[in-house]
Amino acid sequence: MNPLAGCLLVSALLFSVGLSGALTRRSAILVLAGIELMLNAANLNFIAFWRYGPHPELLTGLIFVIFSIAVAAAEAAVGLALILAIYRHARTSDVSEITEMKG
Amino acid sequence: MTAAFLILAVLTVAGGVAAMTLRRLVHCALALTVAFAGLAALYVNLGAEFAGLAQLLVYVGAIAILIVFVVLLTRGGESAPIEIFSPAALAGVAIALAVFGVLAWAVKTSSVGHSSWTGAAAGAAPQASMRAIGLALMQLYVVPLEVIALMLTAAMIGAVILALRERPLDKAGTPPVTELRVG
Repeated sequence: MNPLAGCLLVSALLFSVGLSGALTRRSAILVLAGIELMLNAANLNFIAFWRYGPHPELLTGLIFVIFSIAVAAAEAAVGLALILAIYRHARTSDVSEITEMKG
Repeated sequence: MTAAFLILAVLTVAGGVAAMTLRRLVHCALALTVAFAGLAALYVNLGAEFAGLAQLLVYVGAIAILIVFVVLLTRGGESAPIEIFSPAALAGVAIALAVFGVLAWAVKTSSVGHSSWTGAAAGAAPQASMRAIGLALMQLYVVPLEVIALMLTAAMIGAVILALRERPLDKAGTPPVTELRVG
């Protein structure tokens, strides 16, 4: 197995771990953590393709990862503020108990 | 594939699994920090020192702390244990396994997966000096950089407004004007 395939497999494993956590855990904080893990798995793919790709001198994957980290920071800040606001309103952060907007 | 890469990969995936399976939320946050730090080390191992440093600063330094703060503020220290054999949990794990199977199959059958494949720069790590990254950010990618700056400002204001404590309604039923004290 070559290094790029190894990176891609690690990234796929990390993505599926995050996905299973986001789907099975009931705490809103852990759902957000699972989403962060999936984002990080995508970042690892970008870095791996930049490292082993044909044109690393263009820095495309690296710059994309830097922007992606900035977007993830904004997403985490807004998401955690939302969790706080929902907790103040419903007194719980359990996503299976917050049913007010359920159709 | 080197031994360092294998060790870092095992550390990262183990941190992720622990973060998604442990019961107490503080332990989950700590395991998540281990996974983020392992990813930063993986970036450095792949030759992307700047991305590794940014990952370490943003994720380990800021997001992990933020998650710990929210865990403390929501008093959700003890999360409900996962009922491992409930239909919802089984379905979630099955979906995740199916996604991993499809991704691994795609990697294995693509041209990337063949052992004969060699990248253009499979030997030496490509050079990505701070100077080159700074020039790229200031010349070629200056518009995305400004957009990101605007988005970060909007996200910061939005997070502050969302986390502002709501005042209860007064007797007439009109919501009080939110006071913003400056200084």
